[in-house]
Amino acid sequence: MAFIPHTPADVEAMLAAIGVSSIEQLFDEIPASLRVKSLDGVPVGLNEMQIGRLMSERARIDGRPLCFIGAGAYEHHIPAAVWALTTRGEFYSAYTPYQAEASQGTLQLIYEYQTMMASLTGMEVSNASLYDGASAVAEASLMSVRANRKSKSLRILVPRTVNPQYRRVAVATAGNQGLRFEDVPYVPDSGVTSLDALKKYDGEDVTAIVIQQPNFFGQLEDVDALTDWAHAKGIFVIAVVNPTSLALLKPPGEWGSSGKGADIVVGDGQPLGVPLSSGGPYFGFMTTRMEYVRQMPGRIVGRTVDLSGREGFTLTLQAREQHIRRAKATSNICTNQGLLVTAATIHMSLLGAGGLERVAAHSMANTAALVAALTAIPGVSAAFSAAGFHEAVLRLPQAAAPVLEKLAARNILGGFDLSRHFPELGHALLVCATETRNADDIALYADALRGALG
Amino acid sequence: MSNVPPDLQYTKTHEWVRTLPDGTVEIGITDHAQHALGDLVFVEVPEGGRTVALGEPCAVVESVKAASDVYSPVAGEITLGNPLLAAEPEAVNNDPYGKGWLMRLRPTKGAASAELMAADDYRKLLQAEGG
Repeated sequence: MAFIPHTPADVEAMLAAIGVSSIEQLFDEIPASLRVKSLDGVPVGLNEMQIGRLMSERARIDGRPLCFIGAGAYEHHIPAAVWALTTRGEFYSAYTPYQAEASQGTLQLIYEYQTMMASLTGMEVSNASLYDGASAVAEASLMSVRANRKSKSLRILVPRTVNPQYRRVAVATAGNQGLRFEDVPYVPDSGVTSLDALKKYDGEDVTAIVIQQPNFFGQLEDVDALTDWAHAKGIFVIAVVNPTSLALLKPPGEWGSSGKGADIVVGDGQPLGVPLSSGGPYFGFMTTRMEYVRQMPGRIVGRTVDLSGREGFTLTLQAREQHIRRAKATSNICTNQGLLVTAATIHMSLLGAGGLERVAAHSMANTAALVAALTAIPGVSAAFSAAGFHEAVLRLPQAAAPVLEKLAARNILGGFDLSRHFPELGHALLVCATETRNADDIALYADALRGALG
Repeated sequence: MSNVPPDLQYTKTHEWVRTLPDGTVEIGITDHAQHALGDLVFVEVPEGGRTVALGEPCAVVESVKAASDVYSPVAGEITLGNPLLAAEPEAVNNDPYGKGWLMRLRPTKGAASAELMAADDYRKLLQAEGG
C-alpha cells in the first residue's frame, strides 16, 4: 500500500471532526517541563540535494576496497533484481502493515519470509524480523527467561566464541532487567566450546545457553553435544546462526541426539540480500517452536480466510505485543525491518535452496584457499584446528593493526583485528573470503600481506 | 446480569474462590470477567509446586483483543493448574465456575488473603461498575 501524507485539507477536516483547533492542542496534556524544545548537538535537517552530496562524499572516502572482513557482516553477490523489486513503490516502506485490508501484498511477503526462515532453521514458527542479530540475541535471552518456566536464576551462559558485539548488546539491553550473562571459555587449540568448560554448572540453575554456529572464529561447535548437555539440565538452547551456512549445516531444529533441537534460533539476516552499507541497517531473525510462540517478541503474520472463505493474511497473536499488553508485552523495544525483509525474501526466492547452497560452498572453498595462500607466508599460521565454515583466524608474526593499515593503503580490507576482544590470542586476524572473491583477489592479498610483513 | 453463584467468594479484580473439602482452594475468573474479555484463545496456568504471594499475577487469559493477568487472591502453593485449558481455553467462557477453573492452591497457614466478598457484595460491585 502507498504511504501518502495527509494534505493540509485532510488535517483540517480531521481536526474539525473532533473539535480541536490545532495538532499542537492534542499534546496539551503533556506538561511544558517534560517537553523537549530542541535537541543539543543535533544539526538542522538537510534537504535531499544536500544529503545526497554529503553521502556521496562519504562513500567516495570509503572507496571500493577489496573486502576480506566478515566478523558478522558478509559481502555477498546480490542479484540486481532484488533491490530493483524491493524499491518499487508498493514495497518501499519499513512500516509494519497493521491495516490488513490495505496491505495484503506486504503481509503475504512477510508470511513467505517467515515460512522460509522456519524452513531454513528447521523450526516451527518465525516472527516478522527484529532489528539485527545483536538485538535478536538480547530478545532471545529475555524470551528464554519467560519460556523456561522451570528456571528461576535468569543466568544466561554466553561462550566467548559468540560474537562479542552481540554479548555487549545483550548485556546493555537485558542486564538491567536482572539477567546475568556469564562467559564460558573456549579451548585454546580448537577455538570451540567444550563440555569440560561447562562442568562447573552441573547441578546449578541456568536459564539458557547461547550457541553460535559457526562461531565468531568461523569454527564449528559440537552443537549436538552442547545441546544434549543443556537439555539434560533443563537449560534452553539459543542458537545463533549465519543463514548462509544453513544451506550446508544441520539446521538448529535438529541439533542434539533427541531431535528436539534448539529452543530459540536467532541471527543476522544481512547475508540474505542486504548490502554491507557501512554497518547497517541489517535485520535480525528469530524462530522457535509453536509451544513458545506466545513468548516470542515481534510481529507475526498469519494466514487466514475472510468471510467468503478466501485466503488472506493478517498480523496475528497481537495480544503479546506492546500496543495491547503495554508494560507486560513480550518486548517494548523491537520492531520488524520490513524493507530489508522484503529484500531478503526476494533474494532467497531468486537463489532458491540450490543457489544458497552454491553461495555457501563457494564461500567455504574461497576461505580455505585464502587460508592456504596466507599461511604459506613465513610466520603466518592458522590459529585453530577445528573445522570451519567461511571464516578463519590467522596468527601473524606482528601486531595486526599496522599490517591492516598497510593493506588498506593497497585498497585491501585485510580482516578483523581480534586483539581488542581476544588479547589472549596474540596477533590474531579474522579473515573471510566469500563467493565474491576470486583467485586473483586472493593472490593479490597474499602478495600484499607478504609485502606488509616484509 | 451475569451469573454469580451464591456459594463462592469473590475479589474486586473478578476472580472467584471455592474452598474444597481438603482445605485447598480452587480459583477462576467470574462470568462477568469472561464476558468482558470475549472469546478466549489462550490460557496460561501456573505449574504445580509454584509458590505465589497474595496479589501476584499467576495466570494469563488471552482473547483475540487483549491479554490480562489473573492475580492470586490467596498466598500459597499451587497444587494444580487446570490441564484442560491448554487445549480448550473456551471452557473459561462456557463454564467459568466449573470446567473453566484456572488453578488450585494450598493456602499458606496464617497468611493474609485478599478481601473476599460474598456473592451479594460482588453483585453490588458489578452493579456499581455498570455491569
